[in-house]
Amino acid sequence: MDAIHLEYDVDGKNFVSAGSATESVKAQLKGLGINPADVRRVAIAMYEGEINMVIHANGGKAMVDIFMDKVIVKLIDTGKGIPDIEQAMKPGFSTADEDVRNLGFGAGMGLPNMKKYADECIIESEVGKGTTVTLITNFS
Amino acid sequence: MTIKDLTNLLQGKELYVEEPDRTIESGYAGDLLSFVMGRAPSGCAWFTVMTNINICAVAVLADIAVIVVCEGCEVDENVIAKARQQGINIISTELDIFGAIKKIDAG
Repeated sequence: MDAIHLEYDVDGKNFVSAGSATESVKAQLKGLGINPADVRRVAIAMYEGEINMVIHANGGKAMVDIFMDKVIVKLIDTGKGIPDIEQAMKPGFSTADEDVRNLGFGAGMGLPNMKKYADECIIESEVGKGTTVTLITNFS
Repeated sequence: MTIKDLTNLLQGKELYVEEPDRTIESGYAGDLLSFVMGRAPSGCAWFTVMTNINICAVAVLADIAVIVVCEGCEVDENVIAKARQQGINIISTELDIFGAIKKIDAG
């Protein structure tokens, strides 16, 4: 199987469509017959990333490459960036505002969940320029 | 226990149920969506008072068997429409989360 490449635009501040890129990727992986537990891991990690782009970065792009043995999800935004990645990775740390918290997000579990569910979670960020999160999930 | 059994036990209302005979394997209670995403086991009944549209995405992505909206919280038609479109089972009950789980525990 050649790699399957998928690209999505993620709409910033749109909580109604938030998650639609991840839902589409999940459906693709399911259709390819990937193990449901792996599909779930990809979906949870990618959804957290997608939500982060909606909350913090005014949207961005999701690029997904599906290989025989793994999937690589790249979430690219041109938002405000993360000044202290180590701090942002701490469970419970959040900079989300009250409106976002009222929706049930902003509990400071997004990045920890990505790290927990993806096999590799690489965060590159520059303040004022944006953030790229790469999530690599190997199929079991 | 199936979704149908649970609905009866909680004197719940079916907002949209596509798989009434699906077996519920476990349960999880919570309203913080990232906690639910990260910790709810697949195939569980998820007890919550959250009713915004994002509960549908969480249910799909985390493979939740049924969303149980507690305390009779009103669920918007657009949330039910999304559940229908995505094949998510969602019921509601007048019981609060503690009361609903207690009822299941008592059988």
